[in-house]
Amino acid sequence: MKAFADLYAELDATTSSNAKLTAMQNYFAQAAPEDAAWAVYFLSGGRPRQLVPVRMLREMATAFSGLSPWLFEESYQAVGDLAETISLVLPETQHTSTDGLAVWIEDKLLPLRNAPPLTLAECLPALWAQLDRQSLMLCIKLITGSFRVGVSKLLVTRALAAMAGLDSKRVAQRLVGYTDLSNRPSAASYLKLIAPESPNEHAQRGGQPYPFFLAHALSHPVEQFEALLGPASQWQVEWKWDGIRAQVVKRDGRLWIWSRGEELVTERFPELESLVHGLPDGTVIDGEIVAWKAAPPGTVDAFDTQSPSSPSVQPFALLQQRIGRKMLSKKILDEVPVVIQAYDLLEWQGEDWRNQTQATRRTQLEQLIKTCANPVLLSSPVLTGEDWFDLARQREASRKLGVEGMMLKAREALYGVGRTKDMGVWWKWKVDPFSVDAVLIYAQQGHGRRASLYTDYTFAVWDGPPSARERTLVPFAKAYSGLTDDEMRQVDSIVRKTTVEKFGPVSSVKPTLVFELGFEGIALSKRHKSGIAVRFPRMLRWRQDKSVEDADSLATLQDLLA
Amino acid sequence: MDLVIARPEGLYCPPGDFYIDPWRPVERSVITHAHSDHARRGNQHYLAAAPSAGILRARLGQDINLQTLRYGEQLLHHGVTLSFHPAGHVLGSAQVRLEYGGEVWVASGDYKTEADGTCAPFEPVRCHTFITESTFGLPIYRWQPQTQVFAEINQWWRANADAEKTSVLFCYSFGKAQRILHGIDASLGPILAHGAVEPINRIYRESGIYLPPTVYAGEVKKHDPMMRKALVLAPPSAGASPWVRRFGDYSDGFASGWMRLRGTRRRRGVDRGFVLSDHADWPGLLWAIEQTGAERVIVTHGSIGVLVRHLREQGLDAMGFSTEYGDDEDTTVLEPESAEVLA
Repeated sequence: MKAFADLYAELDATTSSNAKLTAMQNYFAQAAPEDAAWAVYFLSGGRPRQLVPVRMLREMATAFSGLSPWLFEESYQAVGDLAETISLVLPETQHTSTDGLAVWIEDKLLPLRNAPPLTLAECLPALWAQLDRQSLMLCIKLITGSFRVGVSKLLVTRALAAMAGLDSKRVAQRLVGYTDLSNRPSAASYLKLIAPESPNEHAQRGGQPYPFFLAHALSHPVEQFEALLGPASQWQVEWKWDGIRAQVVKRDGRLWIWSRGEELVTERFPELESLVHGLPDGTVIDGEIVAWKAAPPGTVDAFDTQSPSSPSVQPFALLQQRIGRKMLSKKILDEVPVVIQAYDLLEWQGEDWRNQTQATRRTQLEQLIKTCANPVLLSSPVLTGEDWFDLARQREASRKLGVEGMMLKAREALYGVGRTKDMGVWWKWKVDPFSVDAVLIYAQQGHGRRASLYTDYTFAVWDGPPSARERTLVPFAKAYSGLTDDEMRQVDSIVRKTTVEKFGPVSSVKPTLVFELGFEGIALSKRHKSGIAVRFPRMLRWRQDKSVEDADSLATLQDLLA
Repeated sequence: MDLVIARPEGLYCPPGDFYIDPWRPVERSVITHAHSDHARRGNQHYLAAAPSAGILRARLGQDINLQTLRYGEQLLHHGVTLSFHPAGHVLGSAQVRLEYGGEVWVASGDYKTEADGTCAPFEPVRCHTFITESTFGLPIYRWQPQTQVFAEINQWWRANADAEKTSVLFCYSFGKAQRILHGIDASLGPILAHGAVEPINRIYRESGIYLPPTVYAGEVKKHDPMMRKALVLAPPSAGASPWVRRFGDYSDGFASGWMRLRGTRRRRGVDRGFVLSDHADWPGLLWAIEQTGAERVIVTHGSIGVLVRHLREQGLDAMGFSTEYGDDEDTTVLEPESAEVLA
């Protein structure tokens, strides 16, 4: 436990990738395989379900610290991180535990799940008393499932590969699905990650998907495309869907569906399970799961103006309604049916096809979809244009079509690992976000790096035009990204000076600040006071040139809905 | 009767007709210590503890109308008996004790309860009403013994020197820098001081405080190999300036009580945060308040609301004063602009 806490402290203290790489290599070189197995799990984003309800943890820590609950709460507000707060207010102790990470997780922490409060009240202080402050904070982060540290999965992969003398693509391949809840890290699973290359590597895969190839954002003006990318004819152009990126794996008579977060989501999409019959063994398809149904009568279907009733992609907000659910009712399956818009073929007839060109993979994919003839498996259309300008014109229809823009894939590109460019490149050419000028009305202190700074804001627009005699500000979005550190500090000090009232951690402020907010999507919502929900809101610009009266109104948002 | 009240100009003593650490120019000022948010320009008359004279004059001008008292020495003014008592914050820092008509009030200024060897250590003074600061007035602030922090700094410096990297340690130039100099292992390598730090070192040495030899960083030639082994002390504002680039591939650290929190440490963006403060931590504040025996406590700058509520829960009569004292541990704007001029 201490060794992993030290690694965490080292990773946390530096911003240099090389230093992080060295720290991880040193750790893995010394750690016992069973401990390393859990370290890989946590470092690459694995999170076991919360072991102790946060409220109970908070109460016990408060009692153990001897502080009044309000004083604990004030402390938490200043620190902005529960695990860190607890580690700072509990009595300081010497580190006495010599147990490794695996023993801590498997024998001490996992058994806490569903334990009755009395047992917890007995166990937790005894566990905490064995750890120094650094290890204690880590321990609590593991308990609450909030462990995060600034390393990418790619970096973990590189550290393991360097230590084991393997190609990092091979390690990435083996690591796919490692953090899924169905997998419990063990010495054996870790040793498999770093084992030498074997001839039957292929046969060991089971339902394993491939690491996803990720796109880079393209934000240059279209005038520069020819110089930057060459002629449009060298690119395979598709719509950029707003859904869930997924791989469909069919092997040994079974079907697995993996999300981009490398979670197994097969059971969430029962309508796709029929593919188990249509796809031959040894097939892996890459695509996007989207909500897909006929538009309500009376509206025009944007994709096919000939037949207004044919189905089309629905807003992500709709898909979101079924993502989080454990039980899928018949009603929701009827209301939000899904299909997969397939755009790549990664494995065919049991062969890894990632080193075939994009064009070859695409040809085979189209043939496969035709043979399969299953209405849930669609081929994401390839768009053609005379040149980049022609494509730019077609792209203008994106919003109307419910897509986020276009994807540009080099026809000669191979299928890479993660966000790399060495095998060829995928670009996402998104349409500009929606934007409105909104007024900051509530602020809350941030977490982690933003602790003790007011960085999380609620924004409002007017419910009437400037001419209205009485109008009020209606909150419609929360945002906390987009400002520089310097701007954040300035806004923080203005918030402190203009606070009107405090409701727990939230401060209401005198409306003086206007920001241009950007967001990707907009939909009607019954859950929001404004009647509107926006997707990925963030601050684009601080409009110091605008007064509060100049901010936009609900009418502006409603126009965007149309 | 209240011996100290809050006025727009600063904390005011009505029977004595003078201000303590006023933030607007007044006729008579009593100064607790020479940090720029407590000792400001423009007062007609200054009264301070004797050991702070050197720095006060260096910062506010040699010609200020300054009168000083030794710690414990009493002065009677308009019937108010005034004396200074060590606050342990920086060289010359003092608590102000006021006695009038049988009532005793003590204004703490800024204070720290751990003795550091660079200034007279904090002495609790019995009183009826105690005016306390609250910079670190939350239970999350608990300091390690300073020997432990100095050991960490030494270890960091040694590792950097072994890797031929300069160690640049940012810290407040008056007080913190000298405390670090006094506490570290000077045998590890040469020590360079920024132009804002070096003149204050000189004043400390003239006052008889031992500081290891330091070199003014401006006198070191670029690419002098000696720099690779050196520890450099500089104010936080230097971190954002071209000045620091002369050290090439350096490692940087920041010494402040705020480094106790991971968020502030990360926001600072330095390689290492060392938790070292010249203010009392939470247990220190509570201990100091208890030692005074005061039944009434007035809380200034910092976590006023928290400390007031906590003291009330302990049965004390507590309230807050809002002041314009800043936070010398973090804000770089408080660095005197004239610091370089002193060199």
